[in-house]
Amino acid sequence: MLHFTRWKTLMIVGVCALGLLLPIPNFFSKERYDRLPGLLQHHIGLGLDLRGGAHVLASMNLDELKRDWYAKLTDEARKRLREAKIGYTGLGAAPGGGVQVRLGKIEDMDAALKALRPMSSSLPNASIAAAGGSDIDIRREGNDLIMIQPTEAGINARVGQAISAAVEIVRNRLDPGGVKEVSVQRQGNDRILVQVPGVEDTKDIIEAFNVAKLTFHLLHPSLSPETMGARPPPGYEVVPDRDKQGVSYLINMSPLVTGEDLVDAQPGFDNRNGEPMVTFRFNQRGAVLFGRVTKENVGRPFAMIIDGKVLSAPRINEPILGGSGQITGSFTVEEANRLATNLRSGALPAKLTVVEERVVGASLGADSIEAGKRAAIIGMLGVAAFMIFAYGLLGVFAVIGAAMHVVLVIAIMTLLGSTMTLPGIAGVVLTIGMAVDANVLIYERIREELRNDKPTISAMDQGFSRAYATIIDSQLTTFIAGLVMFMLGSGPIRGFAVTLTLGILTTVFTAFTITRLLVSWWLAAQKTRKIEAPLSYSPARNKMARP
Amino acid sequence: MKFFKGVDFFPHGTTWKIISWRYLFVGMSWALAVLSAILLVTRGLNYGVDFKGGSLIEVQAKAGTLDVGDLRSKLNALGLGEVQVQGVGVTGQEALIRIAQQKGSKEVNEDKAQSLANEKVKASLGDAVSIRRTEVVGPTVSAELKRTGVIAVIAAMAGIMLYLWFRFEWQFAIAGIVALVHDVFITTGMFSLLWYEFDLATVAALLTLAGYSINDTVVVFDRIRENLRKYKKMPLEQLLDLSINETLSRTVLTSSVTALAVLALYLFGTEAIHGFSFAMLFGIVIGTYSSIFVAAPLLLFFGVKRDWSGVKEAAGKPAAATGQTGVKAVAGKPAVAPLDKADKTPAAKDKSGKNTPAAGRA
Repeated sequence: MLHFTRWKTLMIVGVCALGLLLPIPNFFSKERYDRLPGLLQHHIGLGLDLRGGAHVLASMNLDELKRDWYAKLTDEARKRLREAKIGYTGLGAAPGGGVQVRLGKIEDMDAALKALRPMSSSLPNASIAAAGGSDIDIRREGNDLIMIQPTEAGINARVGQAISAAVEIVRNRLDPGGVKEVSVQRQGNDRILVQVPGVEDTKDIIEAFNVAKLTFHLLHPSLSPETMGARPPPGYEVVPDRDKQGVSYLINMSPLVTGEDLVDAQPGFDNRNGEPMVTFRFNQRGAVLFGRVTKENVGRPFAMIIDGKVLSAPRINEPILGGSGQITGSFTVEEANRLATNLRSGALPAKLTVVEERVVGASLGADSIEAGKRAAIIGMLGVAAFMIFAYGLLGVFAVIGAAMHVVLVIAIMTLLGSTMTLPGIAGVVLTIGMAVDANVLIYERIREELRNDKPTISAMDQGFSRAYATIIDSQLTTFIAGLVMFMLGSGPIRGFAVTLTLGILTTVFTAFTITRLLVSWWLAAQKTRKIEAPLSYSPARNKMARP
Repeated sequence: MKFFKGVDFFPHGTTWKIISWRYLFVGMSWALAVLSAILLVTRGLNYGVDFKGGSLIEVQAKAGTLDVGDLRSKLNALGLGEVQVQGVGVTGQEALIRIAQQKGSKEVNEDKAQSLANEKVKASLGDAVSIRRTEVVGPTVSAELKRTGVIAVIAAMAGIMLYLWFRFEWQFAIAGIVALVHDVFITTGMFSLLWYEFDLATVAALLTLAGYSINDTVVVFDRIRENLRKYKKMPLEQLLDLSINETLSRTVLTSSVTALAVLALYLFGTEAIHGFSFAMLFGIVIGTYSSIFVAAPLLLFFGVKRDWSGVKEAAGKPAAATGQTGVKAVAGKPAVAPLDKADKTPAAKDKSGKNTPAAGRA
């Protein structure tokens, strides 16, 4: 157990050397780091809790997404049936999701199914044969009813697309140039996680979750919310003003032109009064539509609606034919900038609601790093003092092993590009204690063997070999707990799980190779034949009666 | 060559009759467990924002100290329901503000109401303080985190129990898991008693604790198994006592070094890991206690297989891990894995050249 072949020794020394070298880039300045060859460009990232920054988790409104989808399906079904000249008596939302059509004549069933079938499209890489591999399922139900219902896979694909699109849009809004360190990721089924280091206010991030739908609507020609009676006339809705409290308008909900036809939006200043505003430009289709509408409605007010709020409701003084216009309102410069960016990046597929928000100030982060370092150093010193007091030279070996364990954890994290968090530091400190646990088990076993009058070498050999399985057993249980945390935890807890599990692996390595190698070197250095035990041991107080 | 060989300060060869006092210890543990249960039922836990939802704002006075009482009355006058203000740290400059989860109304949903409340609090804090940290957790996320936390604790325990079962006989696995549940449960009870905040970090500590507190138990169990093979005729009570006493130095010393490292975290870490390190520290202590005074006595209660010789001779190898008591394991379960594993360790050791009568471990 205490003999090492030459190549084994070399390998252990090599691993240690590598462990010492790998973390070096972490200490380089940015410029120096960038000049390193790509192979060496590995470093540990600092979690937001250490460097300061904002973490915002938003959840997408899936009901809204589905509602929009079903509305589109309804429209399409209506169009297709009309084209096929098939009469229907009822078309609308089906109980349990999707759309249902009740045909006028049962004889039309086959024709109707044939007309509607192209609505479903096959999903990319759909391996689920049971679902037919398509996004919607169109089938006859009962006598005269056709159900157009999304499949499970269809919904998942739809949600997936929507989330991916939203991730892109949010990223573009937060970081139009792609230069900032903004992380936007999908999390779970319907969530988006945004992490921005160095930011202490989540306002801008939350602003990026706005839908940014720009639409143009006509107002009701004669009625207003005050005069309309109990309920708005069909096709109309009451929409509040964005800025003026209590002001609202009676809006025709069918949009004249939508933001989809927008090609550009830029912040600017109104040259009449110098106020911030946003200018926009339509594509050809939008320009034609907008031109026609404004021509037909000269003298009537229309409303610009952004994200469900009326921005302004000016009167159309003359037809706007050029396809460009401006949005004025009481904007601040930042608001105008943001609105322009949001309009440019397009509308989000559905509403995003913030469900979790964590912000750490940079000063707290710096304090946490300091505190973490202090705790690690003091912990290490305390453990070292204990080990050297209890085990002398062998204690020193254990401390070297424990120090190497810290180095190796950092080296592996560097290699993997993992993130260090505050709980991660706690994990490192905790595993320092656990690392020497293995040594305590080994050394106590050696003492026990010595007490039973074993010769030094045999006692030491036994100490290592007998303790081996116990250490594996005990470390594995902690490893299991670490794995569970890694799989189920998120953010900082995951950071803890990373250092804990890595720490357990390196602990076993350092206790069983590094300290053992040091011990074997020490033994080899002994010139005398009868080697004196490197551990003191007190004789047992009284031997237990053993049969 | 002269060098320091360390001080073997821990008494060896002790003959403490722990097993004969088992009713006392088991009774004590029961009392603690029942007390914890009562506390958890009547008082509950002081859930942090992670599990309760709501917001947490950590503030620091820009100059001088913070008047916590003044802050409290100022913030509670905002009409946002319960606003807790708690001074933290040693300098008297910092405080934690907790705002309960706001109820949604027709116009604003819960999340929006919460962010409005945060704005109100921040506005009324003024310029005298700087905000160091804000955490806002909505009701859906907090419910999810709670559920995941519970699943994680159960999954970790199940994993550990399965592992113990493969390595030892079922009696050991059950005794080990009882000791483990004991540790985690009483630590949770302690959080209720002291009304310390119970958050995600605490759950992480409980999970780590589950993995760690079993370590000492494994050390004791390993020795019990070793001695079962060594002293075939020794009465079980005496054998358990012997094993506990023999491993006492290991159980206590390993826990002490780890506790030392955690103590550094507790004393020098920041507010955010205070709860974590407290849970670990307390857990290590109670875990060591349960390894010595609860797990082994439980084995007496469950009984263990004594006749290891038969297996040894029949198999021509040192005792295998599964045996007569493990009939079920042989019949219904993948018996190959435990057998294989258990065979390897002692056999491998024998190969290492140093033959000792007992195939055992540290």
